[in-house]
This record gives sequence, structure tokens and C-alpha cells, in this order.
Amino acid sequence: MSESSTTGDTLLSGDASVTATVVREELLRDYPAKTKKKREKQIVINDKQRGEDGSLHLPVVAANTRTVPGIITQRGCCYAGCKGVILGPTRDIVNIVHGPIGCSFYSWLTRRNQTHTPTDEHDNFMTYCFSTDMTEENIIFGGEKRLRQAIQEAYDLFHPKAIAVFSTCPVGLIGDDVHQVSAEMKKQLGINVFAFSCEGYKGVSQSAGHHIANNQIFKHVIGEDDTERSQWSINLLGEYNIGGDAFVIEDLLERCGIELVSTFSGNSTYDQFANAHMARLNAVMCHRSINYVADMIEKKYGTPWIKVNFIGANATAKSLRKIAEYFDDRKLTENVERVIGEEFPAVVEAQRKYRPRCAGKRAVLFVGGSRAHHYQELFSELGMETIAAGYEFAHRDDYEGRQVLPTIKIDADSRNIEELRVDADQEKFRESDRQKGLKREEQGYTFREYDGMMAEMKDQTLIIDDISHSEAERLIKMVRPDVFCAGIKEKYSVQKMGVPCKQLHSYDYGGPYAGFTGAINFYEEIDRMVNARIWSRVQPPWENGSPGTESSSPSPTSLEEMEELEESTNS
Amino acid sequence: MTTHTAKRVNSPFVATRNACKLCTPLGACLAFAGVAGARTILHGSQGCATYIRRYMISHFKEPVDIASSNFSESATIFGGRENLRAGLANVTRQYQPEVIGVATTCLAETIGEDVGMYLHEIRSQSSADDPALPPVVHVGTPSYCGTHAEGYLATVHALVSQLAEDGSSGEHVNVFPNMFSPADLRYLKEICHDFGLPVTLLPDYSDTLDGPTWDDYQLIPEGGTPLAAVRRTGQARASIEFTCVHGEKASAGRWLEDHFHVPNHRLPMPIGIRASDALFDALGSICGGETPARHAAERGRLIDSLVDGHKYLFERRAVVFGEEDLVAGIAGLLGELGVHPVLCASGGDSGRLRSAIAGLVPDQAEQIQVRQATDYADLEELAGDLKPDLLIGNSKGYWLARRLNVPLVRIGFPIHDRVGGARLLHVGYRGAQQLVDRTINTLLESIQEQSDEGYSYL
Repeated sequence: MSESSTTGDTLLSGDASVTATVVREELLRDYPAKTKKKREKQIVINDKQRGEDGSLHLPVVAANTRTVPGIITQRGCCYAGCKGVILGPTRDIVNIVHGPIGCSFYSWLTRRNQTHTPTDEHDNFMTYCFSTDMTEENIIFGGEKRLRQAIQEAYDLFHPKAIAVFSTCPVGLIGDDVHQVSAEMKKQLGINVFAFSCEGYKGVSQSAGHHIANNQIFKHVIGEDDTERSQWSINLLGEYNIGGDAFVIEDLLERCGIELVSTFSGNSTYDQFANAHMARLNAVMCHRSINYVADMIEKKYGTPWIKVNFIGANATAKSLRKIAEYFDDRKLTENVERVIGEEFPAVVEAQRKYRPRCAGKRAVLFVGGSRAHHYQELFSELGMETIAAGYEFAHRDDYEGRQVLPTIKIDADSRNIEELRVDADQEKFRESDRQKGLKREEQGYTFREYDGMMAEMKDQTLIIDDISHSEAERLIKMVRPDVFCAGIKEKYSVQKMGVPCKQLHSYDYGGPYAGFTGAINFYEEIDRMVNARIWSRVQPPWENGSPGTESSSPSPTSLEEMEELEESTNS
Repeated sequence: MTTHTAKRVNSPFVATRNACKLCTPLGACLAFAGVAGARTILHGSQGCATYIRRYMISHFKEPVDIASSNFSESATIFGGRENLRAGLANVTRQYQPEVIGVATTCLAETIGEDVGMYLHEIRSQSSADDPALPPVVHVGTPSYCGTHAEGYLATVHALVSQLAEDGSSGEHVNVFPNMFSPADLRYLKEICHDFGLPVTLLPDYSDTLDGPTWDDYQLIPEGGTPLAAVRRTGQARASIEFTCVHGEKASAGRWLEDHFHVPNHRLPMPIGIRASDALFDALGSICGGETPARHAAERGRLIDSLVDGHKYLFERRAVVFGEEDLVAGIAGLLGELGVHPVLCASGGDSGRLRSAIAGLVPDQAEQIQVRQATDYADLEELAGDLKPDLLIGNSKGYWLARRLNVPLVRIGFPIHDRVGGARLLHVGYRGAQQLVDRTINTLLESIQEQSDEGYSYL
């Protein structure tokens, strides 16, 4: 039976007619039959059913399927996921984009990955945008020669540890062998040179690019440096240091006495990746972009992995405790409890201040492959409710949990994304780590566990995978959320309609939002957004006589009334 | 955070390092955004639409909605006709556009997609279930040919050559702007209005990319050149277009002259006094009128401010970068101010930038270094030796400014580290006035920041 005591929960407070079912029908209303059939499987009501044994049954979300042409999607391409997301935040690999100029330009510092070099002498190529800038002649006669020359130039300029080559759409079509050129140049230059076949048309979204990027890093870099690491050493996988999140997490781990060997890939370096296999535990933050790396490292080197989340104060505390619990050492546990104890009073104070101002307000989140889930933690700490959410590029397991992995059908679009076959490394596999994992598992510790977004969302909320531009507008019209979380592409159309839009890609150039201090930053930011006076100056469309809806707040008709209204909303 | 400064060790570079240009389809998207009720489809993989949306939005801070035909690997192998058909149908049903613009990407062009033929087939083979398509204008914009500036002009050409109709000659004048800001476009319309000239500005994204909040839901932002007006460009009394670097092959004005005998006035971008005079003279000659008094007064105030501001600007050295026409225009303005445009650079490669600058700044032509097909890494190396007092260009010059410790006056596109990029004026007397004031104030601010004494009167 359904988890909800009442069926058909309303998504618009005060209007019982706006249920998830009604909204879903409206979103699907104008699609041609074929498109509608597809979208019906991606716009799903979170109907949480409990089996007799207490197990949770969730509806299927047809995630990671190709966007219909002509639907304005949030998604990017394979290249964006590979170059922009995964390799973008690594500061000391020179990235060369092989193709015409646009792709290189558009991924030039556009994500807000931050990095800190230990000194000014250390390499940082992140502000540098290297492209073979192919012209018509290269398209006709091939671009390998040009690529070879570009690699040579990058080497002559910087003498970097590594050079990475990224293929854009035409490269795959004209048959340039980027891998062969890279292998030759690696031999010639004596540094690591490797390439990514991440042409934009591959896969269905940037997710394919994450996979391709991680495969190559696994093949070409991880395992190169066997320097020993301490007993409490971890890798943080799937943390990209937007707005300085990684710096916050690095600080927390250091204060706990946990050694961070590498982060994939926020504030990262080539050497960190090369040494990553020597960490004793992998902690996965963004399950979508990187869970397969955790799997591959476990298979090849024996390192077990757990899911963590450093977005949200409670989630941060829980994640630190989970890491400490794995290592099972009294000193480490004390460290972790001390750090949590040091951080939490400020969090509680901030919650006391902001919660009354935000509680009861409603958020919707359409972003990423983990953020639309993780950020619900922060809203819940503010007493806000998430009434609808969805990912841009996630797969079913990110919605429904990893238990559905064996049932996911691989379609034509994903079939060509290479799955590496990985076996235990005869020399480097650490049997002791495997044994430790097995022992901890027997004791009830859970590894490789991710229940996904839906298990934690309320019953009868709305799940929308790969939300389109026009669906987003209809959703706003019907449910009038108090805050809409997405990215820059949605920001201004949402705000035109009088709803604040919080960007969870760039953080609106704010942040950090990770850890305890990050949580406080987020509470402040959301309070500022949802309670700002400016919204009283915008007449939202639903106050302009849209049928079937009443205004959620009174519309001022005079300056006096407006001032009164402002006072009442800002007191 | 530290960053690397590239040191040139071999030359010329094959690779482009920190590009000073964007790709052709972006220009197409910008031009289509200025047609009323238009929706754009990029024919290729979806990343192009997403990246270009993302990039234009970071500048305009407005919704920019671009659809894609979402090529899969199989479409890449077998061709994208069915993707285009589905894309057109879905865009039509969702947005009921008055016109659809289809621009190609390098993927579609590499596999040799014939979009014109596809469109013909899609229309002639449509079934009862397919929605009736609005007019569809298509333009070939492979990003391996030219820059965003070429994409923009090619799209204006495509709009005119595919939609314009012959007919009895009207009173109106066509104005085909170059990559101007929404504020520039509004001002151009105001100027024509003050001459008493009905004007068709194509494209006109002054409302679609710089609009108010919505008190009603808008599937497509209001504003833009109406389709009927685009059709009537063939009946105009004259056309004015602004470029002195791009060839006539992609000239909308030339096309109308050749096909419908609409006289074409080809002017440089109206930046600075002389170039603005040329615009006002052209408008005057078309309608047989004088420059309206309020604009003559603006010109007078501009010259007065130059007299007053000359002491700050005289003999200063500037590096200018961006689209070729913009760079040429700014060089012309600087010449008028007594500023030396010591280096004029663009990622564009028309081959005509040097002669354009020589035409606009004849007395300094010998001293000005002109670089085409250049990038910011080259620029950095060249600029350092030239000891400039200021940089004039878009936000991508920020790192250059930071490393050289020289202030940057932000103009053009993209501006993503300041607000108001859409509201910057560049053209006409008013635009020159704003550029002059901003340039002087930027220099004064820099003097104040670097001064130990803290002078408050400058």
C-alpha cells in the first residue's frame, strides 16, 4: 500500500486540486503521441509502495534515454561531460580540444571549478584554452598532423606531466585516430599523453562523457604511482569543487585526521590520480558520474567503496561518521566527534535563525545527476519541502537505487560507451583491504549502497527526468514553487515569472555549500532568495487572471499596500 | 590562485590558445533571436544548443531557448532527416512559432546534410498527423568556417534571400545591423524614427534579449522583426548595412540590390563621430532630410566632451580586440580621441581588417599593429611589449588585463563578468559618448587606485 496516509497530495499549498496527477497530465498534454508516450515514462509520480515484507517498491523512471529532437533540454553532450566536468577541474594536465573552435571556447572556465596551487610555481592550466581550431581543410584532408603539432606546442610551452586530447563531433567522422597520435607523442615526448573519444553525438547526455573520461583516467593514470598511504586514507570520488566545496571537505577531513589521497576531480592533480589506488577506502559523492570508477578500483586493487554526501549538515556528520566507522578506530572516532561538535553549534544557531523564515516553503530541483537529490537535505534542514525533482543526466539507479542495476536495459545509445573489463591486478591488489571489507560487511557495515532520490522523497511527489523548457514553465504556472533550483539556462526564464532560481551548477557565483559552513551559507542564501523584497515588484503571471488559480499572496494595488506587504514579508 | 603565462617558443602556432572568436552557429542563434515569434533549431548534436544557450544567457541574462535535432550515433551514420522532421514537429506543437530558423553545426556539415532538400521533402511528404509548419529559414553554419560574426551575417542573408518578396516600393528603409547590443538596436530605431523614416531592423533582438519581467506566460519572448516586415525588405526604398570587412557574398543588402533593386548603403559600424556622421548622412540622403535637431545636439555635446576629455586621452595607448568590424569601429573612435590603437586584433580572418582600419584611421595606419586569426595568448605576448594604458574588448580579455595590470573597458560580446552587457551602447553619437565617458573614467579609476596621494579631483 501507499506510504502516504492521504492519497493525491497537493503540490500547490492551499489548492487541493493541484495534485501530482493533475500536473503530470498538464505537462504531457500537448505532446504528439510518440513524444507523449516517451515522456510518460520519464514524468512519474513517486508512488511509494511497501511490500508485505516492508520492502520499498518504486515506480520505474525511464532515465538515460535520448531526448526527443525539438524538445529544449537541459542536457549537454558527451564532450561537455568528459572535458568540461571530469577533466576540467584538474589543474596540471594540459587539455587540447581537437576540433573546430566552439567546443573549446564554450568549456573555457565556464564551470566554476576552483583550484589552489601550493605555490605560484606549481602548474595551473585551467585558465588556458587550447584548441586545434580545425578549418575546412582539416575536415577534408584530416587533422592528425595538426593535432600532433598542437601536442608538440603544448609540450614546448609548458613541459606538463600530461596532455589530454578531446575529440569533438567532426573528429570521429573524418576518422582522425586521436589515440594513435597520442600514443606516438607519448613515446616521443616521454610524458603521458592520452585521448578521449568523446564526440558530442555519443550517448544521450554528458553522462556518456563522464564514463569515457573516467575509463581513460583509469586506464592511463590510476596505478602509476605506488607511494604508500596511511591507514586512514581515502579518495573522494565525484566531487568537482564548485564554489570551493572541495576546500571545505578537505579541511574537515584533515581536522579529523583522515588522509585525502585524491579527489576526482575537484582541486585535483595528475599525481593524485596516479596514486589513487593506494587509498584504503573510496568515498563516492556523485554516484552518477563516477560509481564505475569505484567499482573498477575495487576489482583491480581491492579498495572497498561507500556512498557519502557532504551536502547538508546532517549528511556531512553522517558521512564523516560512516568513514570513521569503517576504519573502526577509537582515536579516529573521537576526532570525528570532536570536529562535528566544533561545527554543529553554528549550524544549529543558523537553523534557529533561518528556519522560521523558510519553513513550509516549497522547492523544486532539476539539476545534475546527484545534486537534485543531495540538495534536498539542505532544504529539509530549513523546513522546506521538495515537491518535485529530477535529474538532467542521471540513470535509473540514481532515482530508484542501486538494486535496480541488474534490471537496467542498455539501449543503442549507451551500448557503444565502453565498459572496461577489469581484473584484479596480480601485483597491486591489496587482499588485506578486501578482507577488511568482507569482515566489516559481516559486522553489518554497508558498502556500495545508494538508495537513490525517490526513496528519500515524499510519497506522491513528482519526478521529472530531463525536464524540458516548456514543461518547466508549465510546472511553475501550476505549482508556483518558492524556489526553483536549476542552472543558468533556466535561471532567467524562471525569474521572469517571479520565482527565484537558485543555480546549482555555478551556485550563482556563491558557495561553498558543502560541509557545515557550506550549509550555513546555503541557509542564508535561500533566505535571501525566497524572502527578498524584489519579488513583490514582479507581478507573476498567475496573478494576471490565469484561470483556475488564486494568488498565493495578495497583489498590492498601491504604494502603501506594497510597503505594508514588504514589511509583513520582511519583518 | 596562480595561472600560467605562456611564453612563445616557436612560431607560428598551429594551435589556437585562448580563442578570440566564437563559433559560427552562435551568430546564427543571435540573428534568429531577433525575428518575431522565431524558434531556432540547431541541426546536429544537442551539446551545441546547450553550450550556445549557456553562453548567450551568461551575456544577456535573459532566456535564450534553442532546440536541437539531437543527433544520435545512428543519425550521424544514416543522416539526420528524421531527426529534423521530429524536431520541426515538436517545436511547432510546443511553441507555435511564426518562423523556424534551422542552422547547421559542424557535425551536420561534415556528413554533408542537405537541409534545403530535407525541408522540401519534409513539407511535401507530411502526413495528416504532422502539424502545419511555419516558414522555415535555413542557413549553413559549419563552425570550421569563419566565426560567430560570419554566422550572424550569413543568417541575416538567409532570412532575406529566403523570405523577401518583390512588390511596389515602400517608404521604409532596411537596416541590417552587425552584432550590436539590444541598446544599440533600440537607439537605431529611435534615430530612424526621428528622421521620420519607417524602418525594418533585421534582426531586432532589442526586446527578445532585453525584456521586462512577464506578467503573462510567454512561449516565445515578445519582440523581434515581424515576419511580414522581413518579407517586405524586398520593397524597401533603401538598405543600410554595417560592415567593412565581410565580403558581399553574405550581404543581405547586396542580395536585395541584385534581386529587387533596393539600393544598398554599405557603411562601417557607426562607432565614433565620422562613422556616425556617415550613418546620419545616409539616412538624410535616403529621406531627403537633415539630421534631427536632438541628434545634432547630441553630436555637439559629444564633441564638447571630447574637448574637455582630451587631456585624459591624448597619446594614450590602447589594445583593441573582438569581432573585426567592432575592432575597426573602435579603432576609428580612438583615432578621433587622440588615443593610439597600438594593437588591433581579432580571431576573425576576413583578410580585410588592416585595410578597414587604414580607411578609418588613415593618419595612424602605419603605426597600428593589426592581427587577424589571432588568440589571447598571442595578444598577451604582443601587448606586453606595447605598454598599453588600457584594453578595450569583451570579458575574455579579463585575464590579459589581470596579467598586464592594465584596465579593461568592456564592450561587445561576451560580457559575463559585469551586468548590463545588453544595455551597453556602442553606436551613434550617444554610443560614442558612453564609450568616451567609460574610457576616461576607467583611466581615472586606474590613476586613483595606483596613486599614493589619493587625489580626489582629477
